[in-house]
Amino acid sequence: MSAHQPIPGTHLSTPVTTTRASFTTAIGLVIEREIMVRLTSKAFVFSTLLGVILFGALVAVSGSLPSLFASTDKVAVTSAGSVASIDGIEPVVVGSTEEAEELVRSEEVVAAVVDSADSPTGTTIIALRAAPESLSGALSLAPTVDILDPNAPDPALTRFIGLGLGLIFLSSAMTFGMTIASSVVEEKQSRIVEILLASTSARAIMFGKVIACSVLAFAQVALTAVAVLVGAAISGNDLVLGRLADPIAWFIPLFVVGFVMIAALYAAAASMVSRSEDLGSTSTPIMMLILLPYMGVVLFSDNESIMAVLSYIPFSAAVAVPMRVFMGTTAWWEPLVSLAILVVTTLLALLLATRIFEQSILKSGPKVSWKQALGRS
Amino acid sequence: MITLENIARSFGDKQVLHDLSFTIGDGRMTGFVGANGSGKTTTMRILLGVLAADAGRITVDGQPITATDRSAIGYMPEERGLYPKMPIIDQLVYLARFHGLSRHSAKRRGLELLDRLDLSGKPTDTLESVSLGNQQKVQIAAALIHRPRALVLDEPFSGLDPIAVERTLDVLTDFADTGAPVLFSSHQLDLVERLVDDLVIINQGRLVATGTADELRRQRSRPEWILEADADLAWVRDLPDIDVAEFDGTWVRFSAPDGDAAEAVLRQAMALSSVRAFAPHSVPLNRLFQEVTQA
Repeated sequence: MSAHQPIPGTHLSTPVTTTRASFTTAIGLVIEREIMVRLTSKAFVFSTLLGVILFGALVAVSGSLPSLFASTDKVAVTSAGSVASIDGIEPVVVGSTEEAEELVRSEEVVAAVVDSADSPTGTTIIALRAAPESLSGALSLAPTVDILDPNAPDPALTRFIGLGLGLIFLSSAMTFGMTIASSVVEEKQSRIVEILLASTSARAIMFGKVIACSVLAFAQVALTAVAVLVGAAISGNDLVLGRLADPIAWFIPLFVVGFVMIAALYAAAASMVSRSEDLGSTSTPIMMLILLPYMGVVLFSDNESIMAVLSYIPFSAAVAVPMRVFMGTTAWWEPLVSLAILVVTTLLALLLATRIFEQSILKSGPKVSWKQALGRS
Repeated sequence: MITLENIARSFGDKQVLHDLSFTIGDGRMTGFVGANGSGKTTTMRILLGVLAADAGRITVDGQPITATDRSAIGYMPEERGLYPKMPIIDQLVYLARFHGLSRHSAKRRGLELLDRLDLSGKPTDTLESVSLGNQQKVQIAAALIHRPRALVLDEPFSGLDPIAVERTLDVLTDFADTGAPVLFSSHQLDLVERLVDDLVIINQGRLVATGTADELRRQRSRPEWILEADADLAWVRDLPDIDVAEFDGTWVRFSAPDGDAAEAVLRQAMALSSVRAFAPHSVPLNRLFQEVTQA
């Protein structure tokens, strides 16, 4: 390199084109980079696809699970009519009670049903050790059952929905929360943030990261949802498409808003430390804020008053509201109030996070104290 | 020309800059010197607009500095950092686009700069995969990518091997030769002495000296001379108004109030024996620095 060859473009004669990118352009640039970095990361693509395929496969298989465990039992009968309508029973018509007993002894059939005048039901079951329950149940006299509400939610199913939605919320919030946190610390640790701040604002950097992470999280959840729907269609599981439609319709907006809140808090927490090793000290409280309400929702899914409270707490609303909607214990306006509380909390969290981020992003060394983070600029 | 006027800044209760004023002239390499913690980095961050000043103002050619002016400054922060896992050319393009360059022209200029800086390795390599010397070149390219009109460099030579120092020096002098103001801080005073046109020395957040190195020498200490003769020079120590700084038999370094007084010493020496050498002595910058910061 010769010392006298001018650097290209540094001559005064070069027309100066330098401007400062606008706030929205800057946010766009940050979003673009964050998304490109993730999409070109093999680990990210692999874990996303794995998650989507696993979820879809789980639902696809869930519909056919009962039939996998079901088997057809052969039953010897003297008259096929008595067992014809029982599921899982294949009648083998025999000529006499003796012949039926013979087949039972040789274990060619699991049981036999023969006519018997002594029995109150008019039939007798012959078995080697014990009669199949499905058979005896079907042939017993049952009291009349009066179902008042055939659509009443099953508490086990409600808990299962809570677990499922909670798992989606929890895993997205934690995965992408840590993603945004490590991306903030990376820029702070490498000091590239100083170069960026010389040409844009801290707010643009933080908003860009929050939006990019949210878009990625929504895309991942949407992909998972598509996989679940495809899985449901394959298995003929009408639960997802039918009675779960309303709870899921509430889960989506609550998840979207709640996720933005959590992403902003993670960005702020990360801006307070200078090294990724210190990240735990500021991000653990946020993790607790996500984890504790989630555990509450799962543990108290059958306690109506605790669930009502949890549905108004911003950190548990995304899971608690869909569960209450599924149970049918909410008035029409209650989910709206939950959403409104969540939106307001998210706006406050964004303001708080922006303040912390702006105050802390340039402070290197030990963890920035809360007093410093919220203090005067 | 960039002028800082009466800049003050505190962090909490601690005031780190007091009423700091100096000028970075067009086409002038301005060295920014001060001990660790004297406020150099804070001053540079305020100049770049990364931090706000509590008081004072900054002007560019007499007009208050604007965001566009600031965006036209190339900046190299003290602790080097770009994205380790991102391809080199991609990060240059990314940084340039914050300054309004299109993706296309940013890429063209980035490749041109990397070529000019003699980067070994491909522009599509990730930063972490190239040597530290090459990473440093990328850092310089990052400061120049958006066709800056001024440069602000915090410790551009720290951690560089002698060859990389020379290469960086070349780039900086080339840049200043185009008529742009350049401010850089450094602890390597021998380098600063060789390189700078102007010096700004701060101590504990206060300006202690500014001007060319020669001006500072004249302002700060009495001029010095070196005298070497065949005969013993011990008698110089007894002269009025002459201070001997260093003495070694037939060799002496002394300061005198002016040139006439020094010449009187020379005449006296010539009368006693033949004189081998007589010359004014430049005070090295690091001594000047110690004098002004400890005064």
